[in-house]
Amino acid sequence: MDPQPQLPVFIVGAPLLFAVVVPVLGRVWRHSAFLIALATVAVAAVASALSLELVLRQGAFSYYLGGWAPPVGIEYVIDEVSALVSLVITSVSFLVLISTRRWAEREAGDRPGIFYGLVLLLLAGLTGIVVTGGLFNLFVFLEIASLAAYALVFIGGRKAMLAGFRYLIIGSIGGAFYLLGVGFVYFATGTLNMIEARELLEVTENARAAQVGAVFIFAGLGLKMALVPMHLWLPDAYEHAPSSVNSLIAPVMTKVAAYAMLRMFLSVFPAGFLSGSVPVADALLILGLIGIVFGSIAAAGQTDIRRMLAYSSISQLAFIAVGIGLGTPLALAAALLHIVNHAAMKATLFLAASSIRLRVGLQRTHNLTGLGPRMPLTMGAFAIGSVAMVGIPPTAGFFSKWYMVQAGLDEGQWIVVAVVLLSSLLTAVYLFKVLEQAYLRPAKPEPSAHHDAEQGGSADAAARPSEQAMRPVVERAREAPFDVWLPLVLLAAATVGLGIANVVIMEHVLLPGVS
Amino acid sequence: MIDEIAARFPYWATAVLLVVGLYGMMGKRSLVKQVIGLSIFQSAIILFFISGSLLEGATIPILYSVHGEGHANPDDFVNPLPHVLMLTAIVVGVAITGVALSFLVSIYREFGTLDERELLDEVRG
Repeated sequence: MDPQPQLPVFIVGAPLLFAVVVPVLGRVWRHSAFLIALATVAVAAVASALSLELVLRQGAFSYYLGGWAPPVGIEYVIDEVSALVSLVITSVSFLVLISTRRWAEREAGDRPGIFYGLVLLLLAGLTGIVVTGGLFNLFVFLEIASLAAYALVFIGGRKAMLAGFRYLIIGSIGGAFYLLGVGFVYFATGTLNMIEARELLEVTENARAAQVGAVFIFAGLGLKMALVPMHLWLPDAYEHAPSSVNSLIAPVMTKVAAYAMLRMFLSVFPAGFLSGSVPVADALLILGLIGIVFGSIAAAGQTDIRRMLAYSSISQLAFIAVGIGLGTPLALAAALLHIVNHAAMKATLFLAASSIRLRVGLQRTHNLTGLGPRMPLTMGAFAIGSVAMVGIPPTAGFFSKWYMVQAGLDEGQWIVVAVVLLSSLLTAVYLFKVLEQAYLRPAKPEPSAHHDAEQGGSADAAARPSEQAMRPVVERAREAPFDVWLPLVLLAAATVGLGIANVVIMEHVLLPGVS
Repeated sequence: MIDEIAARFPYWATAVLLVVGLYGMMGKRSLVKQVIGLSIFQSAIILFFISGSLLEGATIPILYSVHGEGHANPDDFVNPLPHVLMLTAIVVGVAITGVALSFLVSIYREFGTLDERELLDEVRG
């Protein structure tokens, strides 16, 4: 048999298998855990890259798990979109894993095997969501990924415990809603295969039940992707999660939920289903527009870098929701491009934040004065990430916004154009605030008094004195170690590279994928 | 009204259980009760799937010897697929409950309480 069609099983199978192997081997030889996990992610990334190459050469293909053809068996569908997204997830995770190894050593304590096992389980779930062609199969992968994420958030200490539990409750409600929606679709059509479901939905007499199902599915996935007003779990989870975890889940986790939402539009529900009497698409559009503005404004009010980035994630995910809500091929492609771009940008920003925390132990934005010249590579990467988030060409963020504005103009949705442009300004407000502190202000020898009177917001009083005491460390700060900054610089370069390559990605991968 | 409810009894039962579960998760201060609410919520969905597979007068989907007897009539059998799906969903639910309970053990060891308001005070304090 031709070996190539077997590729998809490696994308999901390798992380799933080694998620079990790593904890066992990690007990025997501690250092093996990191190495095996890294090698596994590399295998998944290479399999994704080869799949993408194959798709571009021959068109989309399917893998039948266990040789059972759909609709009886489970089908993995590799098309342009799923191959690209799984490549992005696995390669971003690969870089993040290298860069956060030092944090993982501290935070995973004496059980690195279990930590990396959970990381692999998370990746197996995420890649599974991306490649699967089955509605119920997607639910299972969604819960696998979520369970691993709950546990990873939970290990971050006292505050993370509560945030992790809250995340578990809300995430499980999301998963359950999704399952309920799948139930309605199944009873309306009698199939769980996405492509077959679409064919049957176009001719079904039972459209009412399927529409109810669509509402539940979008509510469930909306919870998972932290669409406003279902975002309440996210800031706490991202702020308190261990540094080795938040730079991993922030770029990929909610993005994959957004991808699943998009997949529902692309592959499951025919266009007429989501407008009219049950206006799911319009609801997504409106919630997305609100979310863009709300997330940016909330981010501007934060003093903790990670919490600020978390609110910024809410805003960026809302941007993706706007693209899905518009629903034209160009808007969907722009949303997908933004999923890819945002994974790279957010990984850059979160990694830079954890690199800063590694070297100087600081995470309040106003304490970073004068850090720019002392950690040039880390802050440089942060600056590139910020510029990309704001959307200044030639970085990646500009182009997804550009295509989205075009899609909005095509549809005559002026409000989309206005909000997207406004969001760029608001993003500039909160990210350039950090850059100003790092580059333009001279380092202060001692923390000045007004820092103590800082408006609290989410700030915890207990942590502040210790951070103040650590303030002079900025003067002694050195660049992060090689293995921390190299992946960071690569990711920053990727945000520029993705921007330059955007025409290629759009024309050869995304636009064929959505049409 | 009564007829309406009786005609679609499984839907109403599902809806009631979903609301009870949501109330448990959102309205209760005790984290243990929130986990119980989550379990009820998931059970509602499992019952919904099972009720959807039923057929009046149908039997268990085991095909006895059909040699030479032509095709079996699908109206005679209950749809087995939702049952199989729900086995998986039950496993997922058990995993979630298990992880949630292990979280509760850790939280109790760390804070000495499982009351949400006390925990929030403790963390913010």
